Amino acid sequence: MAEKVKALVIAGNGTNCEREVATACRLAGAECDIVHIAELLTGRVTLERYQFLNLAGGFLDGDDLGSARAGANRLKHAAVRNSSATLADQLLQFIADGKLVMGVCNGFQLMVKLGLLPALDGDYLRQSATLSHNDRGRFEDRWCELVVDPQSPCIYTRHLERLYLPVRHGEGKFIADNATLAAIEGRHLGALRYTDADGRPTMDYPDNPNGSLAAIAGLCDASGRLFGLMPHPEAYTHRTHHPRWTRDPGLPEEGMGLWLYKNAVAFIREELL
Amino acid sequence: MAWRILVGLQDGIVDARGERVRREIHDHLGIDLTAVRTIDVYTVDAALTEDEVLAAATGPFFDPVIQEYAINRPLARDFDMLIEVGFRPGVTDNAGRTAKEAIQYLTGRRFADGEGVYTSVQYLLCGDISAAHAERVAHDFLANQLIQRWSIVAAADFDFGKGLPVSIPKVAVGGQQAAPVQEIDLDVSDDELLRISRDGMLALSLEEMKVLQAFAADPQVRESRRQVGLGQRLTDCELEALAQTWSEHCKHKIFAARIDYEDTVTGDRQTIDSLFKSCIVRATREIRQRAGKDDICLSVFKDNAGVIRFTDDWSLVFKVETHNSPSALDPYGGALTGIVGVNRDSFGTGLGARLLFNTDVFCFASPFYDQPLPPRLLHPRRIFEGVVEGVEHGGNKSGIPTVNGSIVFHERFAGKPLVYCGTGAIMPAEVNGRPCHEKQALVGDHIVMVGGRIGKDGIHGATFSSEELHEGSPATAVQIGDPITQKRMFDCLLIARDRGLYTAITDNGAGGLSSSVGEMAEDTGGFEMHLDRAPLKYPGLKPWEILISEAQERMTLAVPPDKLDALLTLAAEMDVEATDLGRFTDSGHFHCLYQGQTVTWLPMAFLHDGVPQMRIPARWVPPTTTEPDLPPPDCAATLLRLLASLNICSKESVVRRYDHEVQAGTVVKPLTGVVNDGPSDAAVIRPLPDRYAGVVTAHGICPRYSDLDTWHMTANAIDEALRNYVAVGGNIEHVAGLDNFCWCDPVESDKTPDGAYKAAQLVRSNQALYEYCLAFGVPLISGKDSMKNDYQIGDTRISIPPTLLFSVIGKIDDVRLATTMDAKQAGDLVYLLGRTEDELGGSEYYALHGLLGANLPKVDAASALQRYRTLNAAQRQGLIASCHDLSDGGLAVALAETAFAGGLGLDIRLAALDAPADLPDATRLFAESASRLLVTVPVDQADRFETLFAGQSCRQIGTVVEVPALRIRGGEDRLLLDTPLTELKAAWQAPLKEM
Repeated sequence: MAEKVKALVIAGNGTNCEREVATACRLAGAECDIVHIAELLTGRVTLERYQFLNLAGGFLDGDDLGSARAGANRLKHAAVRNSSATLADQLLQFIADGKLVMGVCNGFQLMVKLGLLPALDGDYLRQSATLSHNDRGRFEDRWCELVVDPQSPCIYTRHLERLYLPVRHGEGKFIADNATLAAIEGRHLGALRYTDADGRPTMDYPDNPNGSLAAIAGLCDASGRLFGLMPHPEAYTHRTHHPRWTRDPGLPEEGMGLWLYKNAVAFIREELL
Repeated sequence: MAWRILVGLQDGIVDARGERVRREIHDHLGIDLTAVRTIDVYTVDAALTEDEVLAAATGPFFDPVIQEYAINRPLARDFDMLIEVGFRPGVTDNAGRTAKEAIQYLTGRRFADGEGVYTSVQYLLCGDISAAHAERVAHDFLANQLIQRWSIVAAADFDFGKGLPVSIPKVAVGGQQAAPVQEIDLDVSDDELLRISRDGMLALSLEEMKVLQAFAADPQVRESRRQVGLGQRLTDCELEALAQTWSEHCKHKIFAARIDYEDTVTGDRQTIDSLFKSCIVRATREIRQRAGKDDICLSVFKDNAGVIRFTDDWSLVFKVETHNSPSALDPYGGALTGIVGVNRDSFGTGLGARLLFNTDVFCFASPFYDQPLPPRLLHPRRIFEGVVEGVEHGGNKSGIPTVNGSIVFHERFAGKPLVYCGTGAIMPAEVNGRPCHEKQALVGDHIVMVGGRIGKDGIHGATFSSEELHEGSPATAVQIGDPITQKRMFDCLLIARDRGLYTAITDNGAGGLSSSVGEMAEDTGGFEMHLDRAPLKYPGLKPWEILISEAQERMTLAVPPDKLDALLTLAAEMDVEATDLGRFTDSGHFHCLYQGQTVTWLPMAFLHDGVPQMRIPARWVPPTTTEPDLPPPDCAATLLRLLASLNICSKESVVRRYDHEVQAGTVVKPLTGVVNDGPSDAAVIRPLPDRYAGVVTAHGICPRYSDLDTWHMTANAIDEALRNYVAVGGNIEHVAGLDNFCWCDPVESDKTPDGAYKAAQLVRSNQALYEYCLAFGVPLISGKDSMKNDYQIGDTRISIPPTLLFSVIGKIDDVRLATTMDAKQAGDLVYLLGRTEDELGGSEYYALHGLLGANLPKVDAASALQRYRTLNAAQRQGLIASCHDLSDGGLAVALAETAFAGGLGLDIRLAALDAPADLPDATRLFAESASRLLVTVPVDQADRFETLFAGQSCRQIGTVVEVPALRIRGGEDRLLLDTPLTELKAAWQAPLKEM
């Protein structure tokens, strides 16, 4: 039988969603390890043995210096025991090997602040956009309508059109300068946008829950293999996750969020195994 | 030298935090500002090079896309008034801790002792604002003087070259010259004994002090002390340890008291030996005996939390705590430490449990209160905002969904807000072949403290919360929690649990090490602990402070010698501090040493059983109240007013601030319905992704009934919890309860002349608790009491209404059978389960008229239980489209909520109700008769549904319709009410929308 897709979720220092992300990966057909960052920093586990890196939601270091800032700083500078290569080096190699990285919520914030996204110039360690406080200045948990950019290189959103997923954050407002934003639009890297009920991208609260520029909810790099989003796909893998499942007997068993993980696993099977 | 790194937003970037502050300054203080901008300040007190500081400023501290930074020069410009708010020395500064770690990663060098990073925030206020107003903004909104300090500078006086001077909130190291341990002479007069108790914040009574006096004078005790090198006088460590262990907070002396109870109605007199034993423990014991092999209880009362069976291979843990006193002084810190504190309780149960969900119930005065406040009381709006934010941070950052709660309003909660925080958890039935719900420290095991360090914070929390709020209430009782340090610790301890690295675990809460180690040592009969080994946040703590500090985020483990290295290595790798403090022994003594010298030598038996039993008089004289005679109301207008009353209106603005679905298990969320904004009755969680078994949690609370009779208040609270529980599909045969009493001081004294009445209220509540738990077959597995919820300064005394929170946890066999409260489709039939009586006493309807009335709802447990069982059967057969409990506001409110949550109209005929024939329409609409549920049923299931309920109170009272309006006909088929859903919903959402 075919080799299994190997995924990992990094845990620790305030990551909260590692268990449900691992569940989503497994439901999508991958093997998945939840690896505490200490396992990586001691060198007992290295990224190379995996094809799909998941950066899960949570509050790395409490988001005390701004969401995921301290976490990004750790990934950049933490040394790996008995190794000349830092974790950042491992990460860059992982990306160079054409493997997949998906960040959700705090994981998306981490990717953006590391520079993994949008990485327009291919420099994956220079931050060029940001995610900041919601316009309302508050954390909010609510479900959002999302539309996929069909022209996006994003491999996670292939063949998808609309999604309905929960956002749960206080710092999800996507911000970039005009040039960066224009490049993102021009290259269709804004793979996922907040929309109104009719599926039109919107800047109006609460449909756009945080005031993100260009209504961007999810962003990929030019390769489409690195992807981050504020909404939580791992929070909708089964019909009973849907807030109105008791009203709609016709709702499919499989949740929409699972589609993103299935696309990732399928891509790895085709391209990387 | 110290550096000041400032980080602010670039021009043209919206300052959402500043904008929110501007809005709230207007809402809280009525002060209008044109703009507020914010600047983060990091005061770095460490030996760093200029390049390293620059690397920090341009690296982890600032966001190049939207922020700008400055080092040792100001960023502030274009403002009228600047307020910088920072922490007082020794207060937990989470951002400072994170900033320090970030610099350490950057430099690859650890900070030296005494080095640190301290954060503060500059608020740049723009607008016409006086110095006096700025002071109010700082004092009444931005800062809490107990934990923070601030400086205010007008633009005219601001040095735009240098900025504000560097100030480092470092704890001044106390002089160690003075003997670290004091001895206290108890061979003194009674007045002197009382002074020692009062001045030392010991909260011990004269009788208790005299027991200590006798103990110290006992020749055998003196001889035993001499042998370990102690003098005849007790040390401060011993006195403090005793005060903590004997505090009301830890010992529950009132619930253990001998109570002489007189019921002046029946003339009945009885002496009750411990309400805890004779009501609470007894109920559970009898229920468990009756249940036999179906007993769901695994661990009750003895541990940090209760444990029940879930599946064959998993068990459920639940604990609810209160954190009222700290929240009264600092709402944010009090609530935050409340939630992370109860997290530790549930986590530290048995050998450790994984946290599943949080619940929170708050009792406040109206946030719109506009009368002058007595001294030291914070405005209810500020308490509301602070508590909500505290629980938000505590829950969200810990990755625990907040799935259930309520906010109850009553003017007397101005004296003390009630902050109930609950945490549910799950554990494997067995780990490494041992039952996970049991623990046992063994002689020779090491005492290992894990997690945070010890500071002066939280000293005397236990004794302080055992008193009413008064002038001397100590600031050190106020703390800030640190969810991340705790999360790291939990990540590490779950691994340690599964590797079998410890034999027992408990949290460090009230009383700190003295309580946690003292309790664990009951397993072995003694311990030897070296206080000088404990890691400190800063030097200068005295041994007694180390012993009783309630510094947060700490657990105590009992670690077998052969596992110690493995545990310490694991902790070090995971950035968790773990320290070996000593051993558990069988010496029979509470033995602490400091730098090799014995500082406590107390017999365990005396410590745990030496406290004398209180004797409390209780006399029940029912209040003389009567039923008012109100004219028939305008039903439509009355319903709109009820929906807009604080106890009934939507709490969505609060609910959305809590992550209620992290962990991806929340199947019935707090908000439900066609546009996700209807009020769910209870929460359903699916904790194990590989199966459909679900956990159901709900609660009941009705303090408004207490002023009439706490017996019925209690009965209704229990029934409300179970009603909510079964409404979503919770199995009534598989449910356990938690009792959390918040009372006003029931001990008669000069301060409390009506103590005997309040004690009688407590007795009646406990007797009802026993009767109804037994009748419903619901075992109590855990609980807590907070008995001093009074405010006393000068002549002003405010006592809260006696309040019982009854929380339940149980099971639904298959979450796919859960029901929600929203009407589902037009054509469905509307049924009311349960009879409506002439019971408007204590209702929200009477409250609208400022009345109390007399006829409280009575709970008939037998018929209610039959109804709930039958409802479960209907749910299992899939007969039910929606189910909603009737509580505050009665039938009218339940109908409105069911309708607008579902976006469908209802046509209702009151004549169809099961009620006395002559019962007026207003009573039918607004009475709060217990045990009633509103159910909608698809037409094609109606026959099966009615057959199931044959012989019970079950009436079809109307139908679900497309027309989006609530239409109700009364007697003679008169149209009482025909109101569009949009109007009803708008009224219900308006009051707290902007909180």
